[in-house]
Amino acid sequence: MHLVYPAVLSALLFCTGLYGVLARRNAILLLMSVELMLAAVSLNLVAFDVWLRDEVHSGQVFTLFLIALAAAEIGIGLAIVLLVYRQRGTSAVDRLTELRERDGEEAADDDRERDGDRERDDAGNGNREENTVT
Amino acid sequence: MNTTTAAVLVPLLPLAAAAAILLTGRRAPGFVRPLAVLPTLAAAALAVFVAARQGGEEPIAAATRLAPTGNDRLPIELALHLDGFAVLVAVLVTVVASCVQVYSTGYLRNDARYPSYAALVSLFTAAMLLVVYTDDLVVLLVGWEVMGICSYFLVGHYWETSAARAASLKAFLVTKLGDVPFLIGILALASEAGTFRISGIVARLGSPLSPADLDHPTLIALLLLAGVAGKSAQVPLHTWLPGAMAGPTPVSALIHAATMVAAGVYFVARLLPVFAASAAALVVLAAVAALTMLGSALAALAQDDVKRVLAYSTIGQLGFMTGALAVADREAAVFHLITHGAFKALLFLAAGVLIATAGTGSLAVMSRMRGLKQRAPDAYWTMTVGLLALAAIPPFSGFFSKEAVLGAAEHAALDPAHGIPAAAGWTVLVAGLATALLTAAYAARLWLVAFHDPVGARTEPVPPHEPAGPAMTSVLWLLAVPALLLGVAYRVLPDWFDGGDLAPTLTTSVLATCAALIGGVVAYAGWRRAYESDGPIDPGPPLLGPLHRHAAAGFHLDAAYAAAFVRPTRAAARLVRFLDRAVVDTYVRGAAGTPGLLGTLTRRAQTGNVQTYLSALVAGALVLAVAAVLVAAGE
Amino acid sequence: MTGGNAYLSPSGQEIVFVLVGLVVLGGAVLCVTSRQLVHAALWLVVALGGLAVQYLLLTAEFVAWVQVLIYLGSVVVLLLFGLMLTKAPIGPSPDADSRNRPVAFVVALAAAATLVTLVVDAFRTAWIDLDTPHGESGPIGSSLFRVWVLPFEALSVLLLAALIGAIVVSRKRDGES
Repeated sequence: MHLVYPAVLSALLFCTGLYGVLARRNAILLLMSVELMLAAVSLNLVAFDVWLRDEVHSGQVFTLFLIALAAAEIGIGLAIVLLVYRQRGTSAVDRLTELRERDGEEAADDDRERDGDRERDDAGNGNREENTVT
Repeated sequence: MNTTTAAVLVPLLPLAAAAAILLTGRRAPGFVRPLAVLPTLAAAALAVFVAARQGGEEPIAAATRLAPTGNDRLPIELALHLDGFAVLVAVLVTVVASCVQVYSTGYLRNDARYPSYAALVSLFTAAMLLVVYTDDLVVLLVGWEVMGICSYFLVGHYWETSAARAASLKAFLVTKLGDVPFLIGILALASEAGTFRISGIVARLGSPLSPADLDHPTLIALLLLAGVAGKSAQVPLHTWLPGAMAGPTPVSALIHAATMVAAGVYFVARLLPVFAASAAALVVLAAVAALTMLGSALAALAQDDVKRVLAYSTIGQLGFMTGALAVADREAAVFHLITHGAFKALLFLAAGVLIATAGTGSLAVMSRMRGLKQRAPDAYWTMTVGLLALAAIPPFSGFFSKEAVLGAAEHAALDPAHGIPAAAGWTVLVAGLATALLTAAYAARLWLVAFHDPVGARTEPVPPHEPAGPAMTSVLWLLAVPALLLGVAYRVLPDWFDGGDLAPTLTTSVLATCAALIGGVVAYAGWRRAYESDGPIDPGPPLLGPLHRHAAAGFHLDAAYAAAFVRPTRAAARLVRFLDRAVVDTYVRGAAGTPGLLGTLTRRAQTGNVQTYLSALVAGALVLAVAAVLVAAGE
Repeated sequence: MTGGNAYLSPSGQEIVFVLVGLVVLGGAVLCVTSRQLVHAALWLVVALGGLAVQYLLLTAEFVAWVQVLIYLGSVVVLLLFGLMLTKAPIGPSPDADSRNRPVAFVVALAAAATLVTLVVDAFRTAWIDLDTPHGESGPIGSSLFRVWVLPFEALSVLLLAALIGAIVVSRKRDGES
C-alpha cells in the first residue's frame, strides 16, 4: 500500500479536527474534535511504524500510550467542563471570556459583581480601583 | 574707643538690629520699637564721633582679606576708608535714618507689618553705611544690591495694592537694568587698575609721579554711569522713582530722597578721577544732568500728587549733584548731597503728616480744603522751611550748596583748565540756572496750592483725623534746623573735603537768586489768577501751557518704554507660548497619543475567546511552516 | 517498494482503505458540523470505528482492538455522559457553532492544503509492504514489556493522577449550593 493514503487521510482527519476545535461552541464538541486530532496522529504513527518495520514497534506502542492519554485527557477535560457548567450554567466556549481586555466601567461592574457578597470596605476597594482605571 | 572700632560698629549696629527684629519681631512685638530706634541712634552717635575724630585729617584705612578671587594680586577685602566725604555722608545717613525710625514709630504705629518694616529699614541703613565706608568695589556692590532689594521690599510694603506691587517691581527691574553694566564696569575697572580698592585706584590715577592711565576710560566710565543713573534716578533710568512713592512716606524720605538715590552720586564722587580721565564721560554726565534737571523740574510743576512733586524734585536735585560731578567738583556735589538729604527728608516727612491730615495726597483736593495749615501747623512751618531751602532762597541751606554747584560750573565754563570740557561747564550752568527758576516755581506752587488761602475762599472742611504724635512732629523740627542752617557749613566743610572753596560767588548768586525769585513771582501770579477765577486753583497748567499734558505724564517716557521694551517682550512671550502650546505640545501629545492608539488597537485583539487566540496561533504556525518549506525548497 | 506500484493500478487493500477512509472522513466531517450534539458523538463513533478498520488494514491488529475497546467503549460513552450532564439539547441546536466558524474554515482549509501538499510531495514513492503483518499482540506485548516498560509504568502513574484529578475537580465543594 502506498504510504500516501494513510498519510493524506491522517492530514485531512487532523484538519477536520482542527476545524472542529476552532468552530464548535459546545465544550464537549470541542473535546470530540480534539479526539479526532489525536486519532489522526495515531493513524500516522501506526502507518509509519508499519512502513519502517520498527523492531521495537515504537509507533504502535506510542499509539497505545496515546490512546491511554486520550482517555485521561477526556476524563480531566470532562471534569473541568462539568465544573464550569455547574458554576456558570453554560458550556459554550465563547461565553467564557473572563480574561479578555475590558474597558474601565465594565471592569468596575464586574468587580462589583464579584465583591457583591464581600465586606463593605472591600467594595470600597473596588470603587477605588474604578477610579484608578477610569 | 578706637576710631576704627567705632567705624566698624556703625554699620554693624543696624545690621544686628535688623537680624534681631527679624528673629524676634513676631513673638515679642514690644521690643521692636526700641530695637529699631536705639541701635540707629547709637550708630548716629558713633558716626558723629567718627567724624569728629577723623576731623578732615588723613584718611583712616583698615582692611582684612575677605575672599580670594583666584588672582592673588586682586583680592576682595573688607576695607574701611574713612575720608571726609565718607564720615560726613555717614553722619547724614545715620541722622536721617534715626529720624525716620523715630518718625515711623508714630507713622506706622497701627501697621501689622511694622516689625518687618523696621528690620528692612535697619538693614537698609547698614547696607548704605557699608557702601559709604567701604574701600572695596565688590563689597560696595554688595551693599549697593542689598539697598536695592530693601528698596524693593519697602516700596512694596503695601502689597495689597496693585500699584505698590507694580512700583516695587519696576523699581527693582529698572535699577537692576543699570546694575548689570555697573557690575561689568567694576570688573573692567578692577582688572585695568589692578585692584578692587577705591583708594588704590584713585591713588594710581592721581599720582603726579607716574600717572597711570586706564586703557578704556570712557567705556568704563559709561558702564559705571549706567549703574549710577539707575540708582540715582538720572535720565533715562529715572522712571522708577516717582512710582516708588507708593511705599510708606518715611521710606520715601529715607531711601528715595536722602540716602539710597544719593549713593550713585556718592559713588561717582569717590571715583571721580576715573570719570575725570575721560572728557567724553564728563560731557555725557553733564548732558544727563542737564536733561534730568530740566525735565524733572517741568514734570514736578505738573504733578498733582504731593509725593510725586517731591519725587521729581529729588530727581532734579540729584541732577544738580551729577552736574557738579560733571564739572569734576565733588566737594560741591557732596555738599549738595548733604544739605539736600536734610531738607528733602524734612519735606517728605512733613508731607507725610500733611497727607495724613488731609487724608489725600492730591494737591487738587487739598486746594479746596479750608484751614489745612491750622490743622497741621508743624507740617506747615517745617514744610515752608524745606521748600525755601529747596528753592535755594538765601540764607537757607539749599542756597549755599546750590551756589557751590553753580559756582563750580561757572568756574569750569569760564576757565577751562585741568581737562574739564567747557561744554560740560556751560551745559550745567545754563541748565542749573533754568532749573533754579523752575524749582522755585514748583516749590511756590506746592506751597500756595496746599496752604495759601488769604481771604478764606476755600470751602471743604478738613476731614477729622488723629493728630500727629510728638514722635513725628519733633522729628520735623529736628530736621528743620539743618535745613535752615546747614548752609553756613560751607566755611568748615572744606576742612573735611579736599580743601577747595565752597563759598558762593557773586555772579551766580545774584543770577540764581534772581531766577528763583522770578520763578516764585511767576508762580504766584499764576496762582493768583487761578485763585480769583472759579476753576481749579493750580498755576501749573497756565504756566506750562501745551507742555503741561506731557509734563504730567513724565514726558511719556513710560509709554515709550512700554512701546520699546514691554510690548516686544510680551509679543515674544506670546510667541513662545504659542510655539510651546502649538508645536512642542503637539509632539508631546503625539508621543503620548500614538502608543495610546496602538494600545487601544492591541486591546481590541484581547477578546478573551480561546478560539480566536487559537485561530491566530494556528494561522501563524501555518505561515511559519509554509515560509520554512519555501526557504528549504529555494535552497 | 517495488517500482511497479503505480497509483493508477491500486491493490485491493488500497481500494478498501480509500473506501473506508472516505467513511472515516465523512464521519469526522459530520461530527464537526452536525447541529445535533448527540448525533455528533455518534458520528465520532463512526469515524473512530472506521479508523480501527484502517489499523487492521495496516496489519496493526492489537492497536485496532485497543482502539475499539477504549475509544468506542469508554471515551465516547464518557462524552455522551458529559453531554447528558450538561443538559445538552436533544434536538438540533442552532448555536452549535461559534462566530469563529469562517475563520476556522479558512484556517483548516489552509492547513489541509499545506499538509496534503507536503505529505504528497514527501512520500510520493513510499510503499508499505503489508505481506508480513507487523502488529500482532505477541511482538507488541513483548516490546511493550521489555523495551517500553518504564514509560508504561509512568503512564500508569499519570492515569492514576488524572483519575484523582478528575475526582477532585468534579467533586462538589461544601459551601456550594
